[in-house]
Amino acid sequence: MAGFDKRVASYEEAMEGIESGMTVIAGGFGLCGIPENLIAEIKRRGVTDLTVVSNNCGVDGFGLGILLEDRQISKILASYVGENALFEKQMLNDEIEVVLTPQGTLAEKMRAGGAGIPAFYTATGYGTPIGEGKEVREFNGRHCILEEAIVGDFAIVKGWKADRYGNVMYRHTAQNFNPMAATAGKITVVEVEEIVEPGELEPSQIHTPGIYVDRIIQGTFEKRIEKRTVRS
Amino acid sequence: MALTREQMAQRVARELQDGFYVNLGIGIPTLVANYIPDGIDVMLQSENGLLGMGRYPSEDELDPDMINAGKETVTARPGAAIFSSAESFAMIRGGHVDLTVLGAFEVDQQGNIASWMIPGKLIKGMGGAMDLVAGADNIICTMTHASKHGESKLLEKCELPLTGAGCINRVLTDLAYLEIKDGAFILKERAPGVSVEEIVEKTAGKLIVPDHVPEMTFDAE
Repeated sequence: MAGFDKRVASYEEAMEGIESGMTVIAGGFGLCGIPENLIAEIKRRGVTDLTVVSNNCGVDGFGLGILLEDRQISKILASYVGENALFEKQMLNDEIEVVLTPQGTLAEKMRAGGAGIPAFYTATGYGTPIGEGKEVREFNGRHCILEEAIVGDFAIVKGWKADRYGNVMYRHTAQNFNPMAATAGKITVVEVEEIVEPGELEPSQIHTPGIYVDRIIQGTFEKRIEKRTVRS
Repeated sequence: MALTREQMAQRVARELQDGFYVNLGIGIPTLVANYIPDGIDVMLQSENGLLGMGRYPSEDELDPDMINAGKETVTARPGAAIFSSAESFAMIRGGHVDLTVLGAFEVDQQGNIASWMIPGKLIKGMGGAMDLVAGADNIICTMTHASKHGESKLLEKCELPLTGAGCINRVLTDLAYLEIKDGAFILKERAPGVSVEEIVEKTAGKLIVPDHVPEMTFDAE
């Protein structure tokens, strides 16, 4: 009896059921806190026509950038892209549809999706190209646009520590979009640096409660740094 | 003389107040952190989920899990808090950040700002800029007053696609410090040695010039 044990034995098992045409929500900001091994497994499987929801799209050869190599992504919702030459090329050739989304709106779309809120009003984007064609309402003298929530077929998440029940903690700013992504997947897969026994994590310190998590796997991570800045 | 980038950062830093939570954009706004006046404490917010951004790490402190919104490796100062992107933008959208400093391509006399997209050029995205301008009511926009070809960036109406509508009320350029009120720019200060005439000539939008426009002063460094 597995009960609440969410552990899977392999990355292959972790991404079981992903198919071409699906929507995948990914945690991470730049290359910080990205589910790098789950992304690599998506590449290995060769599924295509994916809609990816993520703040960024990795760099050439790392992170979500590797899914561009075999043109596995047909559409992306992101707030900032183009850190990679391949992305730029595919965008300019209309090989990938880019839906630029303000960063806070993107986070809220995921949060709302996970919380069962179908849409929300926000002042962000009113009067800009982002607001075009969207319903407008005025609240307390401020114009707001209606933004719809997002739910993914899969959510892929990078955590720090988790217990077998799928309770997850994140480390430093590797938290970023991961907690919202974790709530917004029909199937949520979390890869972590360490899996511990239930009871070892302080209950009040858990960022993502296990109820949101379907599968958990322990991996090893490269954690590539995008902009290495140090003081002399 | 037009202000240097460092002088612009110095001038903006004078608007900081003790106890302010501040979000600094990329570029000149980032430099403001180097000129926080003695005797005041401000907490820097980085929209990837860090309140209390510290200095860059030493080689020993370098940690790939610790970055700022510019994706640079940083440290957290004592008393910092780290949280999710949704929490971070709740602070921003909820109006809890005391001062936001960001750059722009154009600003107009209605307080509209264009800072993220030049049609025909590669569009990388708005990041958190649209959230920041929509959520804050205390924003300072830093920019050059005119393009290299002398074309004004302080306009009657922005020509580029907007980042936000009616949200900017203070602008620091390399030539002047201005407020935006009731559909006009109001000239408050001028850069050392820059004449009112030059500012008038390089401001395409409606500009109100008070009788006395003080010159900014900078400590020699």
